[in-house]
Amino acid sequence: MPGVSVTPPPLSPPSHARRLRTVGPAPGRWRRWAALAGLALVAAFFVRIALAARLSRADLVINNGTEIASLDPATVTGVPEGRVMRAIFEGLVAKHPRTLAPLPGMAERWELSPDGRTYTFHLRPSNRWSNGDAFTAHDFHFSWERLLRPMTAAEYAYLAWSILGAEAYTLLDPDDLYAGTEALTSVALEQLAPGRVRLAPTAFALAHAVGAAPGDRPAVGAALDVGAPLWTLAGRAAPSPLAGRVLARGDAHVELEVDENAVRNALAAGRLANDEDWRATAFSFVGVRVIDDYTLEVELHSPTPYFLGLTGFYPFFPVHRGSIERAREEFPSTWQVEWLDPSRLVTNGPFRVSERRINDRIRLVKNERYWDAERVAMRSIDVLAVESYVTMLNLYLTGEVDWIDRIASNLVPRLLKRQDFQPEPYLGTYFYRVNVTRPPLNDVRVRRALALAIPRLDVVEKIVKAGQLPNFSMMPHGVTGYAKPEMEHAPRGSGIAEADAFRRDCDEARRLLAEAGFAGGAGLRTIVINYNTSEAHRDIAEVLAASWKNELGIDVKLENQEWKVYLDTQRTLDFDLSRSAWIGDYDDPNTFSELWVTGGDNNRTGWGDERYDDLIHRAAREADPKERMRLLVQAEEVLMEELPILPIYTYVTQNVVNPRLGGFYENSRDEHFMKWFYWRDDAELEEFRSSLPAGLERVPAPGPTEGQYPPAGRDAVVR
Amino acid sequence: MSELHKTAETRGSDLRWQLSDADLEELFRQSKRIKGESLGRDAWRRVRRNRPAFAALVFLALVAFGSLLAPLWPLPSPMVLDLQDEPQPPEWVLARGGWDAKDIWDLNPLDSALLQVRASVFGDLQTGHWLGTDSKGRDLLSRIVWGSRISIQVALAATLCSLIVGVTYGAFSGLVGGRIDNLMMRFVDVLYSIPFIFVVIFLITILNEYRAVLVDDYGIEHITVFYFVIGLIYWLTMARVVRGQVLSLKESEFLAAARVLGASTPRILFRHIVPNVLSIVIVYLTLTVPAVMLFEAFLSFLGLGVEPPKVSWGLLAVDGIEAINPIKTFWWLVFAPALAMGSTLLALNVVGDGLRDALDPKLRGK
Amino acid sequence: MLGFLARRFVWFLLTVWVVVTVSFFLMRAVRGGPFSNERSLHPAIEANLQARYHLDWPLWKQYLQYLGPFELSDTGPEALGGDGTDRFGGLLAGDLGPSFKYRDFSVNDIIRQSLPISVALGSLALVFALVLGLGAGILSALYRGRGADVWIRLAATLGIALPNFVIASFLILAFVFVLPLFPVAGWGTLAHLVLPSFALGAPFAAYISRLTRTGMLEVLSNDYIRTAHAKGVPPLRVLWRHALKGGLLPVVSYLGPATAGILTGSLVIEKVFAIPGTGSHFVNSALNRDYTLAMGVTILYTVLVYGLNLVVDVAYSVLDPRIELEDA
Repeated sequence: MPGVSVTPPPLSPPSHARRLRTVGPAPGRWRRWAALAGLALVAAFFVRIALAARLSRADLVINNGTEIASLDPATVTGVPEGRVMRAIFEGLVAKHPRTLAPLPGMAERWELSPDGRTYTFHLRPSNRWSNGDAFTAHDFHFSWERLLRPMTAAEYAYLAWSILGAEAYTLLDPDDLYAGTEALTSVALEQLAPGRVRLAPTAFALAHAVGAAPGDRPAVGAALDVGAPLWTLAGRAAPSPLAGRVLARGDAHVELEVDENAVRNALAAGRLANDEDWRATAFSFVGVRVIDDYTLEVELHSPTPYFLGLTGFYPFFPVHRGSIERAREEFPSTWQVEWLDPSRLVTNGPFRVSERRINDRIRLVKNERYWDAERVAMRSIDVLAVESYVTMLNLYLTGEVDWIDRIASNLVPRLLKRQDFQPEPYLGTYFYRVNVTRPPLNDVRVRRALALAIPRLDVVEKIVKAGQLPNFSMMPHGVTGYAKPEMEHAPRGSGIAEADAFRRDCDEARRLLAEAGFAGGAGLRTIVINYNTSEAHRDIAEVLAASWKNELGIDVKLENQEWKVYLDTQRTLDFDLSRSAWIGDYDDPNTFSELWVTGGDNNRTGWGDERYDDLIHRAAREADPKERMRLLVQAEEVLMEELPILPIYTYVTQNVVNPRLGGFYENSRDEHFMKWFYWRDDAELEEFRSSLPAGLERVPAPGPTEGQYPPAGRDAVVR
Repeated sequence: MSELHKTAETRGSDLRWQLSDADLEELFRQSKRIKGESLGRDAWRRVRRNRPAFAALVFLALVAFGSLLAPLWPLPSPMVLDLQDEPQPPEWVLARGGWDAKDIWDLNPLDSALLQVRASVFGDLQTGHWLGTDSKGRDLLSRIVWGSRISIQVALAATLCSLIVGVTYGAFSGLVGGRIDNLMMRFVDVLYSIPFIFVVIFLITILNEYRAVLVDDYGIEHITVFYFVIGLIYWLTMARVVRGQVLSLKESEFLAAARVLGASTPRILFRHIVPNVLSIVIVYLTLTVPAVMLFEAFLSFLGLGVEPPKVSWGLLAVDGIEAINPIKTFWWLVFAPALAMGSTLLALNVVGDGLRDALDPKLRGK
Repeated sequence: MLGFLARRFVWFLLTVWVVVTVSFFLMRAVRGGPFSNERSLHPAIEANLQARYHLDWPLWKQYLQYLGPFELSDTGPEALGGDGTDRFGGLLAGDLGPSFKYRDFSVNDIIRQSLPISVALGSLALVFALVLGLGAGILSALYRGRGADVWIRLAATLGIALPNFVIASFLILAFVFVLPLFPVAGWGTLAHLVLPSFALGAPFAAYISRLTRTGMLEVLSNDYIRTAHAKGVPPLRVLWRHALKGGLLPVVSYLGPATAGILTGSLVIEKVFAIPGTGSHFVNSALNRDYTLAMGVTILYTVLVYGLNLVVDVAYSVLDPRIELEDA
C-alpha cells in the first residue's frame, strides 16, 4: 500500500513492516533506548503533572454523588448542590439539623406582622463575609433582586414569588415594553368588549407592571385585586394613574376594564433607554425593603406559612455584591464564571471553598469569620463527586469516605442489619403520571382500577427494600401539620392481613373496570408504561404490569427511554403511564399540591379540575393556617378521587454514615448541615452505639479516637 | 508434481521438449488426475492437528448448540421474577416448575416447538438454581444460556454486516486503485476519527422513537437494526484489511503468471483472489466477533446496550461487577458470566489463531 | 517529509471539519435539550436560559456561531464589536464555549483540568501494556511450545476475552479486599493509579504480546540470527540487537490504534475507579445534552487520534530510516 496507513488493523502489522524485516542494517541501538526511555519519561512527566496538586485527607470526606452544576446559590437546583450551598452560605434563618425548625442565621431575630404578610428581619451586626466585609441588609436586597431578575435565569425564582410583586418582576420582559402596545394588542390581549380586555398569562406580567400604584404601597398585588384602579410606570420614577380597573382575576388570565389608548400612551412614555433604570424602578415595587443596614422588611402578597423556612433554602442565600462587581470590571466577558472561581468566591457560611477540581472534589475549609465559627468543629471537608454506587460503597467500606447517600438495592437487606444505615421517611413520592387525555385512561374508573391493583407492599418489601412506605396519596408521609387524605381503598394494618386487603382492592378494581365496560380487560388496548432507563424502575413496572395482567386482565407493555427522551415524552403528553417522582422543596403540602393546577408546568398529565384550582387558589390567600390546611386537604381529596396520578410509595433516605460522625441527623428533607458535624470520641461513640436498636451489627468507626469538637467545647454541639 | 516429472525424465533429456501428440495426451491425462490439495482442505487438516484450536472449535460448537436449543433445556425461566431479599447461592438440586411461552420475551416457531418437546421430555422437571440466582430471583444459568442467544445474535449480525460492507468496499477500492482508491481510503480515515459513541446514542434515540413502527410494520426488532449499525462501525477495519490484501495480490507473481497463461478475469477473481482474500477475511471475522461482544458489554456498562427483560452476557457481567464489595460478595454473579464470556471469547481467539496459522500460505503443507 | 506533513495537515483539517459538522447536527437532532429537567422550568425562565446560550437561534446561525468567531450578536466578543457579555469566541478562536451543565466552567477549563489526568492514566497504561506485552511476547517466543509459552498465551488471550470493567473488578477484589495493597478508587497519589492503569493496559498488553510473539518468531527463524548465535554472540545481545526489531516494529504501528482504544477504554475505567479524567465527560455530556462539552470532547478525541497516528507514522520512519513517508 502506498504510504503509511493511518491506523493499521490490530493484529496485522502493516505490510511494509514485514517487507523490511530482514534486509538492511539494524537501526542504531540508541534509537531503541531513546524511544523506550522517551516514552517512560513522557509517562512520568504526565503523571507528575497530574499529581502535582496533591491534597492531604480532609477532616471529613463525604460523597456528593455527582459534580455540582454551579456554586451560585441562585441558579442551582438539586440535592448535591444544596449540600454544598448549605456549607458555604447561610440565609436569613438556618435550620435545626434534626427538626428543621428555623434557627437564627444571618438574622438573629424576626417578627411577623399580625396579618401574616410582613416579616421584619433583624440582622446580627457582627456578621461578616469570608473576606471580612461587613454584612448588611443590602446584601439580601441585592441577592434577591438578582434571584428574581430574568437574565439570571434562576430555576427557583418562582419560589420567591410569594413576595409581593416578585412574580411580575421576574416575568417582566423589557422587550415587551419596548415593543410597546404591540405586545399587548397583538399577542396577549383579547378584546371582550369595547374598553374591556382579557390578558393571557404571558401578558399577566405586563398587567402587573401597568397596574403598579405608587402612593399606597404595597402596590402590585393589591392593585390587581378586583375593582382596584390601574397605574402605570410612566417615565423613570413617577407612576401615574391609568384610566381603568381590574374586573376579574384568575390564575390564567386577568380581565381589565381599560382604555386601550391610555395603555398605549402610558407604555410609550414608559419606554426607558436604560434597562438598569427600569429594573431599579421596577424592583422598588417588589416587597423587599431595606429599613436600615441591619433591618430587612419583606412583604408577601398573602400569608405564606412556609416562607420563613424558605429563607433558609439555598436560592435565598445571599451573594457578595462587591466580588461580583469586581469580577465584572476585571473580566468584562467572563465575569459570570470568574466570580465563582474558588480564589474569588466570597461566602458567608461556616465554610469557604479552597479548591475545586471538576469531577473530583471540592475542598471546603472552615470560614473563621463566620459568626458562629466557635461552634464549627470540622476544619476541612472534601466533597467528592463519585457517581457509581459500587465505587462509593467501596470507598465508604475502606474508610476513605465517611458518608454516602445512596446504595444499590441489592445490599439493602444486609445494610439494614448494620449500625451505620438508619433510613427514615423522606419528603418524596414515587408515582405514575396518567395521561388523562387518552382513552381508556380518560375514564376515572379505569384509573381507579389501576391504582387499586398496585401491589404496593410487594414493591416496597421486595424491590426497593429500604423501608419505603406504601402510599395511597400524592402527599408523602410526614408533612408537618397535614392529615393526608388517601384514595379510597380497603383498610390495612391493625390485624388485617395485607393479602386480604389487597384482594378486596382487586375485587373493587374488577368491578370498576366492568362498570367502565371492560370486564376482565376485554376491549382494552395495551397500555404502555414509560420509564427512564434504570433497573429499579423496570422492576417496579414489571411487578405492576404483572398484577394488572393477572388481576384485571389488562395487557401492559414496558418501554424504557433514555432520560432526556423520557422527559420529552412526558412533557409533550406522549405516553399512557409515565413513571414519576417528586421530592418536596420545603416542608409544606404546597410543594406537592401546586403541581396539579390546570396547565401547571409540572402537571404533565393533561388533567385539570376547577374545584381543585379553586381550592388551591383559596388556600394561597388564606390567612388562617388551620383553614389553609383544611383547604389543601380538600384539594387532595379531589385529586385522589380523580387520580391523574397513581401513588406508589414514600421515599426513605439512604444515608450510610460513619457512626463516629456526630451532628448528623436523619430528617424528613434529607438535609444535613455540615456546620454541626463533629467527631465523637470513643466514649461518646459507645454511648451512641448503645442508643441504637439492639442487635445491629457493630461496624468500624474510623476517625480520631479522641474526637474532634468545636472550639466552644463539647456542649456547643447540637443534639 | 512428481509423476509428471518422472514421465518427462524417462523420455531422456534430449527429447524433453519434443513430445509427440500421444505423449502430450498422456501428459494431459495424467495432469488431470493430479489433485492439488485445496486451501480449505489443507487448512482443515491443519486445524484438526492443532489440538487447542480444535478443542476450542468443539467448545464453540457446543456453545452454539446449547444456545440455539435453549428452549429445550430444562432450565427455569430467565425472565420471571421471584423476588427475594438477595441473590441466592448455587444449589445443585432438581426442582419442579416449568414454564411456557408467556414467561419469555419472544419465541420463534422453532423455539415454541422446542419448548413443547421440552415439556414432553422433561415434564415439569427442571434444574434448581445450579449457578445461583440474581437479585430478583432469576436463575443465573438460564440467563446465561438465554443471554448467549442475544450476545451471539448481536455478534453475528454485526459481523455479517461488517463483512458485506467491508469486503465490498475494500475489494472495490483495492481493485480499482489509483485516485479513487486513495479517496476511498481517506474517507475511511475520516470515519475512523469520528467518536462512535455519539452515533450510537443518536441511533438508540432514533430507534426508540420508531421501534413501534419497526416492529408493527416490518416485524423487525429494533435491537436487530441496532446491531447491524454496530456492524457498520466494524466494517472500517475489514475494508482496510481486504484492500491491503487485494493490493498485494494484484502485484503478486502467481497472479501475473495466471494472467500470462491467459486465465480469464472471472477465473482470476474466483480462483485466485477470492480464496486468498477469504482466508484473511475468515481470520479477521473470528476476531471481529469477540470485539463486537466486548463492545456490547461496553454499551451495557454505559446503560446503552440490550434492554431488560432481555439479557446478554454483557449485561450479566455488568450486574456481576455490582456484586463486588466487602459486605457480601455474591461471587456467582461475578464469576459465572465472566467465565461464560471469557471462555467463549478465548475459544474464538484460539480458533482465530489456529485458522491464521492454517491459512497462512507460507506454512502450507507443513 | 514537509510535504507529507502539509498534506496530512490538510486532511486533518478536513477530518475535524467533518466531525464537527456531523456531530453538531446529530446532537441537535436527538430529542431533549440541555435544560429539560424533571422539574419543568417556567416558560419565561426557560426562554431566558435559551437566549443566554443562543439556543433560540436558527440552527445554521448556531453552527456558524460555534465555528466562530463571527459577529452574530450584539452581545458577542468585544473585539468583534459586541458588548462583550457573551464570551463565546467560537472554535476558530480556540474557544469551545461554556459548558451547559457545569456552569462554572468553560469547556476549555474542563478539558484543561481533566485531560492531564486521562493522559497520565493512559500513558501509564501504555507503559504497562508495552512492558508486559513485550516481555511476555519475547518470553513466549523464546520458549515456543513449552509450558511458559502456553500459559503466557492463555493469560494474554484472557486479557482480550474479558471486558475491562470485569478485569478491573477482579483486580479490586484481589488487591483491595483480599490483599489490601491499593486504594479502591479515587485520585491523588501514585497508588491510586496502579490498578486503573493496569486494568486499562491489560487488553493492550495482550495484543502487544501476541504481536511481539509473531514478529519475534519470524525473526528468530532467520539465518542471520543463527549466524549471530554461531558467531558466539551472547543470547541476550542477539535478542536485543537483532530480534527485538521484529517485535518492536509491528508494535509501534499498533500504538496508534492502541492509543485510540485506551482513550475509549479509559471511559469505563474512570467510572469504575472514580478518576476525574476526560472519559466520563464523553458519555455524560451526550446524555446531558451538554452540546458544547460534547462537541469539545469529540473534537479533542478526533485531534488526539489523528495526531497520535501521525506521531506513530513519523516515529516509524525515525525507527526505521528505510521507510519513506509518502502520501499520494
